[in-house]
This record gives sequence, structure tokens and C-alpha cells, in this order.
Amino acid sequence: MGVIMRLGALGLGAVTLAAAVGLRAQDAPGGGPSAVEVSAEGRQVYEQICQACHMADAMGGGGAGAKIPALAGNPRLADKDYGTIILLKGRGGMPWFSDILTPEQMAAVLTYVRGHFNDYKDPVTLADVERVNVASPPVPDCNCTQ
Amino acid sequence: MDDTVMPQTRRDLLRMIGTTGGGLAMYQAMTVLGHAAETQFTGPPMLSGARKGASVLVLGAGLAGMLAAYELTKAGYKVTVLEFQDRPGGRNISIRGGDKVAETDGSVQDCTFAPGNYLNPGPWRIPHHHRTLLHYCKQFGVELEPFIQLNHNAFVHRTKAFGGKPQRYREVATDFKGHVSELMAKALNAGSLDDKLTKEDKDKLLVAMREWGMLDKNMAYTSDLKVSGQRGYDKAPGGGVGGAPTPSTVNSLPDVLASNVWTQMGFFFTNVMQTTMFQPKGGMDMIGKGFYRQIAKMVRLNTRVTALSQNATGVTAAWEDAKTGQKGSTSADYCVCTIPATILNQIELQVGAPMKAALKALPYSNSVKIGLEMRRRFWEEDYSIYGGHSFTDQAIGLISYPNNNFFKDGPAVLLGSFASGAGGYQLAGMTHAKRIEAALEQGSVFHPAEYRKEFVSGTSYAWSRAPWIMGCCATWTEESRAAHYQNLCAMDGRIVMAGEHASYYGCWMEGALLSSLDAVTRLHQRALAG
Repeated sequence: MGVIMRLGALGLGAVTLAAAVGLRAQDAPGGGPSAVEVSAEGRQVYEQICQACHMADAMGGGGAGAKIPALAGNPRLADKDYGTIILLKGRGGMPWFSDILTPEQMAAVLTYVRGHFNDYKDPVTLADVERVNVASPPVPDCNCTQ
Repeated sequence: MDDTVMPQTRRDLLRMIGTTGGGLAMYQAMTVLGHAAETQFTGPPMLSGARKGASVLVLGAGLAGMLAAYELTKAGYKVTVLEFQDRPGGRNISIRGGDKVAETDGSVQDCTFAPGNYLNPGPWRIPHHHRTLLHYCKQFGVELEPFIQLNHNAFVHRTKAFGGKPQRYREVATDFKGHVSELMAKALNAGSLDDKLTKEDKDKLLVAMREWGMLDKNMAYTSDLKVSGQRGYDKAPGGGVGGAPTPSTVNSLPDVLASNVWTQMGFFFTNVMQTTMFQPKGGMDMIGKGFYRQIAKMVRLNTRVTALSQNATGVTAAWEDAKTGQKGSTSADYCVCTIPATILNQIELQVGAPMKAALKALPYSNSVKIGLEMRRRFWEEDYSIYGGHSFTDQAIGLISYPNNNFFKDGPAVLLGSFASGAGGYQLAGMTHAKRIEAALEQGSVFHPAEYRKEFVSGTSYAWSRAPWIMGCCATWTEESRAAHYQNLCAMDGRIVMAGEHASYYGCWMEGALLSSLDAVTRLHQRALAG
């Protein structure tokens, strides 16, 4: 699938999500399109979305056998495409965020997580997200605790 | 025609179809005849004749696991159930005063609701056509009461409509219908649709638009008493000398379009959202307790499974007592595993690659519910709102009014949030105190004078931080269904999966139960064959 179509699909996330909810017939609030806006700024994206599971200090959460991975000091983030693949495709219990975050927001938050909670200072750019989106590499395997 | 093969009754016909065409043909025929159109439940499985001494290990004491234990015991199996939490029920849960809510960050909330009050953080409403759940509720003596789903007198709020002022659903829904009818009538009368309709159908449609849209004799939607009969009056009809009503003023089409009210109108048309809906009296966990009464002696609580292995003769779960640290293992001939995929992915699991891949292809959704205890039922006393929901496009999604104890004095618990998507993540990422503050701030839009004034305490439940599941419900896509669903459901050696994630009714208790019945039926067939 070409880059334009893929990113077009990303932009239409809210629409496709609504359709999918109907299809799955899950219980849902029924409130219609949300006015909630996610920031364009990396730190704020982290606070508004990511820390719901990974926590404010990015140390993850949970206990033995039921862990949410830490993003702080996570060597797997040395590969700057690693987080991009997961945001685009999800991994294990973590969903994809292509229906909530734009490619620009993904780049911003990945740059923040890699630079602030780790020491990887090279930014993840919009071009990086688009490149990974087109290449569509497989999701890295895991026991989903790291 | 030979009378002897003609079905005399509908039941005879179904039996004949079932005999010749199998279960699927019978199900399709039942659908045509108006039965079973909305759930695949055709009755309990009536399993019997398990081999002497045969045993089953059930992992998880949610509804799927408890139903498996119940039906397999009836079939003659020796059943053991291992449950991680200190309570049965899984996602079927209610939070009351005195309960503690722990999250994955180590925080613990103390719920301080008054006796009798509760929050249903997970399932909260039951469609009238979820026949499996209704069947077992009746069988296990779980009393159900109406859940008020559609309340015309509750509010619809959008931050960018009507200057941010909430509107009664009754008013905007009537206005939407009226304006659309007027436009349709104009198009019909202008001949714009003459090539799409016969003259006869055009005339009928014009009558329909006038009657359904409450249009006047000029086919206009106007602020008259007829329209007020649906959207409400400025001055309601009364008695005696001052009894004459005065009409209310309809909203303009642009205002009505800004309200997005068709979302709610469409929502209430959704099959699983249609009235009549039910809830258990006293809290949703009355269902889990009803199931637990049947099988309690088979269940070991506080038991965290650390590994599940199998060989040619049986299955073994290694476990650790979550309270004492004691380690042990439990073996059986077969296993019904209902542990959610989020957790199962972190357990050493001896199944084939296809089932493992399926489990790893199941992300879980997020949701935040918040219960707000209020000193009095101001929504009833001051707003004439009895049950139902007020919708908003803010992060909280909606507020929902209690369906029990109408007209009673004393504190009551509102549902202050049913957040999902980005709004759900925003709330989940906050501290408990900040979530309550956000819920008060956003919910105040509906009841500005009362909301903070009457507030007593709040309890929040963020599913992505629930330590025993770390998510709300499994999320399938068409692609992941095609690639993995059958591999998840297929029995892998001596292990079969069950739960809402192994159903096409995801996130509903009905799905968990239907999955469980299917799993135990196949397990039983396999056990008898092998």
C-alpha cells in the first residue's frame, strides 16, 4: 500500500474507529465524535496518552506475571524504529495508536520518550514514521514485559 | 403432497430442518421464523456422560470460567478452578463502600460510598436479547430490574454547539427529525425525486414526512403546539383557567446540526442498545455471585498461574498463592483457559504457534468509569431525570443516572464518566484525585448549580491500570479475525480458550458465556472421542 493511502487511512482514524465499534457491537458510551484533542507536543502527548499505562515516570507498572513495560531506560528503544512499529501496529495487549495519534504526534512523542526517559538524542521525524509505515516491518516478538 | 412429512407445528419444522440440515440450517431457519435472531443461544448444552474420573482444570473465575465449571460438573467431570483475584467474577464487578481499588502503579483507592450504593466499573447493562445471560440469571436466582437506556429528558452536550449549553435530547431529536422532514418534503414537492419514486409512493412519503416530522399544513416545521407535543412546551398544559399551554421555540437547522444529535438517535437504534435493557438489583456483581454459588467449592482464589503445560495424558498449571507465596501445581485431563490475553502472553504457555500468535494479536481497549456519590438526587428532584444518560463530547463521554431507588432521600451514586479512546487515556493517566476533579469539572456542565455542591466522594476505575487484566476488552479487526480467530478458538491439544475474546460478541457478558458453552461442548466431544 502506498504512503498516501496509508497516511490517508491514519487521518481517517476517527471515522474508521466509529465504524469498527458498530461492527464489533461492543458496549460504548455513544457520545459521538469526541472534542478531546491530543497535543502536538511530545511531552504532552506522553502525559495525555502514554502514561495511562506506562506511568508518569515511564517506569511501567504491574507485578509479577502482569507487567506493563517500562519505557525509561529501555534498551530496545535504541532502535528508533522500534517504538514507531509498535505505535503503528500495537504489540501484545497494547493497541495501535494510528486511530488516536497523527504521524506527527507519533514522531513527537517518540522523540520525547527516547530523549527524556532514555539517552537517545536523535529525533524520530515525520519522515521516519512514514518510512516505517510504508515498509511495514513485522512487530518485534516479545514476552510483552519489556 | 404427503401429509406425514409436513411439519404440523413450527417446532416440528425446526426439528426436521435440524435433522436434515444440521445446527446451522436450524439456526438460520429459526432466524427466519423470528426466533434466535439476536443470540446464538438455543438452550444450555445438556452435556452428560463424562468418562469416569475425567477431570478439567478451569483457569479464571470470571463468567466464562464459572459457566464452564458449572456445565462440566453437570456433565460428570471433576472440576478445579484457579482464580488470581481474591474475588470471583472477573470483569463482572461492583465497587461499594469499604472496597479498595488497586492499580498497576501501586496506588489504592478506598471507596467510601454509603451502604447500598455502588459503581459498576465494567458491564452495567444487559440487552433483552442476550438470552444466555438472562437464562442463567433466572436459573441462579439473580434478580434483574430495568436499566433506563433511553431518556428523552436527559441532555446532549457538545462544546461547540448551542454555545456549550446542554440541550434536552427530546428537543434536539424532535428538531432534527422535523427539519429533515421539511427538507425532504420540499425536495419531493419540487419534483427532485420524481425519477426515484412512483406517484403513489411519493404521496405516501409526503404523508409520512408530515406526520413523522410534525409538519404544519404548509409542510413547514414550526414552533406550534403540535411540535411542542413532542419537544415540550414553554408552559406545559395545566388545569383550570390558566391551563392553556404555550409552545416552545424550535431550534434552527444549523444549531441542530451542530448538536450531532443523530449520533445518539442512531446509538439507540443499535441492536445491543435498544430497550428493554436490564441490570441486576444491588450491583452487577450479583451475577458473578450467582454463578459462584453454584461452583464455589471448586474454586481456589488468590492463585496466580505461572505456567501451563500439557502432554499426551493431561495438563498441569503451576501456580503461586498471591497472598502467602505458597507454590503448587494442579493437574487435570483437560483445561479451559479464560485468562485474558494481556496476562496469558506473560505466562509460560505450552500451546502451538498458531494459538500463541492469536493471543499476541489481541490488543485490549481502554475505559475509565467514575462513580460520584451525591448527597441527594438533584437530577430527579430538580431536573425530572430518572435514569438514562446525558452525553458530552468531553473526555468523560457521558454521565449516567442511577436506575434504582427512584425518589429516595439520601446519597446516590451517579456514573460520572464512561470514557474511551483518547479521553479514556487522558483520565487513566491522571491520579485518582485529578480524575475526580476532571469528572466534576466536566460533568458540571449538565448540573452547574448542584454538581459540586452535592458531591460527597468519588471512585474511579481505569481498566488499563487494573492489575489483573491491564485493559478492558479484546479488540479484533477484520484482518486479525481472518488470520487468528479460528486458531484462538480451536482446541490446542488438551487446552481450549474461552471468554469474550473468543467470541464475536466481544466485551459483552453474553459473548463470554457463548464462548464458554462452545468451548465446553467441544471439550466434551473431544474427551469422549479420545
